[in-house]
Amino acid sequence: MNQTHNQNMGAGHITNKGYITGFVLALLLTIISFGLVMTHIVSRQFAVIGLFVAAVAQMLVHLHYFLHLDRSSAQKWNVLALAFTALLLFIFVAGTVWVLYTLNSRMM
Amino acid sequence: MNTEVTNINANNTVELEHGHGAELKTFGFWIYLMSDLVLFSALFATFAVIGYNYAGGPGPKQLFDLPYLFTETMFLLFSSVTFGLTMVAMNGNAKKRVITGLVITFLLGLGFIFMELHEFYGLIAAGHGPSRSGFLSAFFTLVGTHGTHVFFGLIWIIVMISQVVKKGLTDGVRSRMMRLSMFWHFLDLVWIGVFTVVYLLGVL
Repeated sequence: MNQTHNQNMGAGHITNKGYITGFVLALLLTIISFGLVMTHIVSRQFAVIGLFVAAVAQMLVHLHYFLHLDRSSAQKWNVLALAFTALLLFIFVAGTVWVLYTLNSRMM
Repeated sequence: MNTEVTNINANNTVELEHGHGAELKTFGFWIYLMSDLVLFSALFATFAVIGYNYAGGPGPKQLFDLPYLFTETMFLLFSSVTFGLTMVAMNGNAKKRVITGLVITFLLGLGFIFMELHEFYGLIAAGHGPSRSGFLSAFFTLVGTHGTHVFFGLIWIIVMISQVVKKGLTDGVRSRMMRLSMFWHFLDLVWIGVFTVVYLLGVL
């Protein structure tokens, strides 16, 4: 049973408890994100950093508790594909922002 | 249960091959999700570039209602959890609970879509449609693309409910449920990026 199911994402050794833990963590991080913006409790600069940290943390919570990615050998290729896509994502977004926001100064 | 499955596998090599096929399908679907992520990254990049050009029109501060967005976000998060619990029920072969779980997940997803459409409708009715400014074009494209994904996810859930009812929890149905759960959790993951970058950073 474990042998067959461990290899499958979304259903390997899953328990109600795992989903509830993931849910509580995701809920807390969402509340932190909204709280940072709605309460103005910290300066804008800190709030921006806080938002990105909370977003990345919540994505990791979702990947771990909901999509069941881990460092086991069965998940190796899934994690590798995700890492490669994350690299592409970074190049696309950061590259686009870099090129377009410095367009004027570099065209002079 | 352990012995039962082991027996099936031992007696039937086809079953083993089938298991391997399911694993490959799962990986293939993961690759699809990753390509979908690339699509979203292009839309996020577009938003990052033109999302701050308001063309003299209203910006996020005037347009976005954060408590409303929080409720919308909760609908999607809850639906992700109910889908997870549905998958646990499926592993326990509890057909009725699987159907109940899918129906609840569907209703929560529907609530999310309704709230999003209501928001879009309000914006367009007030003259803040996609053609108003670069910000609104990027906003409608990114959020609308995510909403379209959720909409197709809802159709998929309906299909799976009818399959579970008609066929029961067969290998094929389980394999499809697995991919649907990945799709659904993936959409919730992308939504974290959307509400952080588009809504919260915009209002901040």
